[in-house]
Amino acid sequence: MTSVRAGNRLRAKVWRRTRLREARWPGVPVTSSGDTGYHIDMRLPTAREREYLKDLVVVLTQKEIQLRYKNSWLGYVWSVANPLMFAILYFVAFKTFMRIDIPRYSLFLIAGLFPWQWFANSISAAPNIFLGNATLLKKVRFPRNALVTPTVLNDGIHFLCSIPVLVLFLFVYGSRPAWSWLIGIPLLAVGQFLLLYGFALTIASLNLFFRDLERLTTLVVTFLFFLTPVVYSESMVPAQYRAIVYLNPAAPIILSWRNLFLVGDLNWPLIAAGFAHAGVILAVGAAVYRKLCWKFAEVV
Amino acid sequence: MIAIRFEHVSKSYPRYGHLLAGLKFSLLRFSETFRAFKRDRFMALNDVSFEVKPGESLGLIGPNGSGKSTTLALIAGVLRPQVGNIEIRGRVSPLLELGAGFHPELTGRENIFLNGILLGLTRREILSKQDEIIAFSELEPFLDQPVRTYSSGMVARLGFSVAAHLDPEILLIDEVLSVGDLKFQAKCRQKLDDFKRRQVTIVLVSHSLGEVRGFCSRVVWLKSGQIVADGAPDAVVPLYEKAMA
Repeated sequence: MTSVRAGNRLRAKVWRRTRLREARWPGVPVTSSGDTGYHIDMRLPTAREREYLKDLVVVLTQKEIQLRYKNSWLGYVWSVANPLMFAILYFVAFKTFMRIDIPRYSLFLIAGLFPWQWFANSISAAPNIFLGNATLLKKVRFPRNALVTPTVLNDGIHFLCSIPVLVLFLFVYGSRPAWSWLIGIPLLAVGQFLLLYGFALTIASLNLFFRDLERLTTLVVTFLFFLTPVVYSESMVPAQYRAIVYLNPAAPIILSWRNLFLVGDLNWPLIAAGFAHAGVILAVGAAVYRKLCWKFAEVV
Repeated sequence: MIAIRFEHVSKSYPRYGHLLAGLKFSLLRFSETFRAFKRDRFMALNDVSFEVKPGESLGLIGPNGSGKSTTLALIAGVLRPQVGNIEIRGRVSPLLELGAGFHPELTGRENIFLNGILLGLTRREILSKQDEIIAFSELEPFLDQPVRTYSSGMVARLGFSVAAHLDPEILLIDEVLSVGDLKFQAKCRQKLDDFKRRQVTIVLVSHSLGEVRGFCSRVVWLKSGQIVADGAPDAVVPLYEKAMA
């Protein structure tokens, strides 16, 4: 109990600083409540709590994956077919009709669309992460951000499972996977996971308070898609607009994937830019979540 | 020794309606929204103090909106009080309402895992209790069917079976005692009596006064966020009945 109490005292301090202004009952001490601050606790988690957190994420991720394959004969096929269908569509529109000058265009499209699919799916699912678990948030105390990881991880695992299809296309075009994939894939997967986790945490938290955000998210994903060089190459962007590519949080990481898949190239400045975006968005997400997580049960 | 202590606890909710009206309204009339947000709060609990000893079973009664569920949420630790101090000693397990935390597409077995983990058990703990949970639920033949094919009674049974095996030190029950058929209800009662014998602290919110009277060792009557009476069921319940009549 002593460690909990020490944690409480620390929390009480922080709490008091933020809350005193709101206290309208003068003379009544403002302190933190008892054993309630697990997810913003400042003491180190015990071994059991670490095991619990890990299990929580694993079981919730399993659930997401199981759900995708329930009632669907073609579970895996669908996660590949969707970006492939769009690839065909863009191929017809941009290569056949508009005569875009990019060699191996179908491969080029897939190398960008597969990681984009992960990005878009996770962001689109984000608004519903907390909203869809209203009863739990109202009744049960568990680290709420543990609900975010499975959503992002689920789409990430499906993306990784679609890489063999990409390899197939590579072989069709007479090239093969590079050794750099061994470092590149885990590195970029971690980068994109962090980026998406930050995004999803922000969106999921804010959406409880501003329900319009869900509509806005759909719109922003479409915007980002056309601002990210997926159907065109970054060299086609006029020099004076190229900064936009780097300011777009989705672009560096998607471009890094495509570089890796097409030429086996690890473009370090680009990867660094991707991680920088991830860092900023993670910080924003953590701040928003910490500020709001105590209000979740009030608004859902 | 105490299990739960509330000291001058007040909890008010802002009326989030201003925000939920949408982004447009909040942004266009930001200062207005902000002021309304600060001023217009709903007092759910107003300076409430009580203590619950380990092994006591406390019934919370009162009309709708009197602060019963807020009290439970504060004990569960999903809300924080604005003012006052809450001390909780022991592991809190909420008994969820019918099928909350279940996913209809997953099988009964998968849902035992999902629910168990959401209620605070690790995988190892669930594995070691799985057989007991299944035996208690008497749903063995249906366990590999998706929960959406279950009747509502069966869902409730599964839910109660998981919750009953959490080894809680403090058990929170919000209107969910009457689940399943008569036979299973008797079984639930038996399990709860078992908890009582094992000195588990129980906080029960119910509108069924008979249930409260039969089960609780103490009753707190709440009205508009304040305690009206606190004492033995046989003393408080008749007063409440008279006031409500």
